[in-house]
Amino acid sequence: MSVNLLEVQNVKKYFPITAGLMLKTVGNVKAVDEVTLTLKEGETLGIVGESGCGKSTLGRMIMRVLDTTEGKIIFNGQDITNLEGKKLRRIRSQFQMIFQDPYSSLNPKMSVEQIITEPFYVNGIASLKEAKKKVGPLLTRVGLKESDRTRFPHEFSGGQRQRIGIARALALNPKLIVADEAVSALDVSVQSQILNLMMELKEEFDLSYIFISHNLAVVKHISDRVGVMYLGNLVEIGDKDELYQNPFHPYTKALLSSAPEPKRNVKKEKIILQGEVPSPANPPTGCPFHTRCPKVMDVCKEIRPVLKEVNPHYSVACHLYQ
Amino acid sequence: MSEPLLSIRNLKTYFSRKGKEVRAVDGIDLDVFPGQIVCIVGESGSGKSITSLSVMQLIPKPAGKIVDGEILFEGTDLLKLNERQISDIRGNEISMIFQEPMTSLNPVLTIGDQISEVLLRHRSITKRKALERAVEMLQFVGVPRANEIIKEYPHQLSGGLRQRVMIAMAMACEPKLLIADEPTTALDVTIQAQVLELMKKMRDQFNSSIVMITHDLGVVAEIADHVVVMYAGQVVESADADSIFEDTLHPYTQALLASIPSIEETKDVLYSIPGTVPDASDFPIGCRFAGRCEKVQSSCLEKMPELRVVKPGHFVRCDLV
Repeated sequence: MSVNLLEVQNVKKYFPITAGLMLKTVGNVKAVDEVTLTLKEGETLGIVGESGCGKSTLGRMIMRVLDTTEGKIIFNGQDITNLEGKKLRRIRSQFQMIFQDPYSSLNPKMSVEQIITEPFYVNGIASLKEAKKKVGPLLTRVGLKESDRTRFPHEFSGGQRQRIGIARALALNPKLIVADEAVSALDVSVQSQILNLMMELKEEFDLSYIFISHNLAVVKHISDRVGVMYLGNLVEIGDKDELYQNPFHPYTKALLSSAPEPKRNVKKEKIILQGEVPSPANPPTGCPFHTRCPKVMDVCKEIRPVLKEVNPHYSVACHLYQ
Repeated sequence: MSEPLLSIRNLKTYFSRKGKEVRAVDGIDLDVFPGQIVCIVGESGSGKSITSLSVMQLIPKPAGKIVDGEILFEGTDLLKLNERQISDIRGNEISMIFQEPMTSLNPVLTIGDQISEVLLRHRSITKRKALERAVEMLQFVGVPRANEIIKEYPHQLSGGLRQRVMIAMAMACEPKLLIADEPTTALDVTIQAQVLELMKKMRDQFNSSIVMITHDLGVVAEIADHVVVMYAGQVVESADADSIFEDTLHPYTQALLASIPSIEETKDVLYSIPGTVPDASDFPIGCRFAGRCEKVQSSCLEKMPELRVVKPGHFVRCDLV
């Protein structure tokens, strides 16, 4: 339980902005700007933040779908930051991804059986015959019927498609699953089915999750620890109960206070932030949140706060707690 | 109590698809009083958006058709008006905002042109006056640099700003009724909080009634005076917002509330409603939720329950309550 399955060290992702005929780089979109985190075996780490905070980019770098600009990603003790080709493929069978949109993440021309057997032969793990044998049990495990193997994605509802995506991710018996907004496109009644399924599978298959979502309640439900991102930075990370009950960072406080709860007469004090998230192509100097922070001080405008432990295993990047 | 501003009676909007009749909205009753915020909640396919499009008479034709019912707006049946009369009302006395502000704004017109278009259509004012009014409205909805923004195009604005522009446009003629279809679904929570505040401000300022369509029960709890829960083209529960959340009566509403994770309390396992919504071209004879209901009795499968008063002002479509 105490082994670090994943370590992300000072990872950055800059997308260059090019202009002119020679595509000269004129600036950078700082999608992820120095994020460090660890994931223990068997743990679920939730990553929350609003659109453009870099949470998906972070997930895709962990999956090695995107290359990092700087920093290191260590999976199971092995530095995978620069692995390529066969070596990458071999280790990638141990970490898989579930996507947001169950409509565009499944190939419409492939049958369910083809979708689920593809990971086996892409990774050269099993023959097609062996792989086909595994389809049935996987489908029943995620709540579909064995006979569904011959059907095509368009014949399924959104929730069922997400189950197919989960079956595909589980096929190679991975250790880590990165779920990027896996339930965001689903209706609430279906959302709860998928969340429950993911939590059962975690126990059954000894999985660890990185669960990326903008939905604070969903993240709280599924995670052990939660990290909050803002404009490419991790601003707060720690145990979920602590974070939800007693957030430190002014952004986390505002975020939690503005999430509507399905309850009446809970008079919680709303912190309504002014303005919008600045552009990651031109982030503010100092603390990325200082332009909207209700507790902004002079120092915030100049020096960027670093993530600092305020309690055991609980870190915040804010000058109020430095 | 005063007269309702909008009163929908037994509205039925059907679509035909591959020769089958799809009963998207199947006998809805709904009252909206002046200054009231009514939320229509339901999952995809429950008919909530089609209800609102029916009021605006924006149902895609010829596939869709309002086959029965009345939509009374200040006593006049909108369904009996001709196209000319309805477009005098649309955007003027009743206006609408949509979920995706990018697709509902015209990409080739400036913001100023789009807002003033509404005013020029419905008010006899000059273009210059209309633009002045547009700036005023933008300032009112909290758009910074309103003077410059009227010269910009939708793609230059962020999602939150676009939604404010939509609201400014919808409110330009100070409509008596604003219909908002998932107005905050595409927005981030901090921006959503801003937009919800703004909608309350609109109601207070202009005494407009708002019909808000949403799938998010959190938003409902935040803003609604009255709540209508829809399932499979029908109203299953209708009551004031406090009763819906604190004295939930219909098994579907109860199940919905139990399946949402909460920030404030910890639920170990979420309730999950088994199965899926029935096909709108092939509804069962009995209660439409029966197939997924925990409390189902054999009588539920045989007879469709009526929407009836259980407590004052609290309507439920379930015979077991």
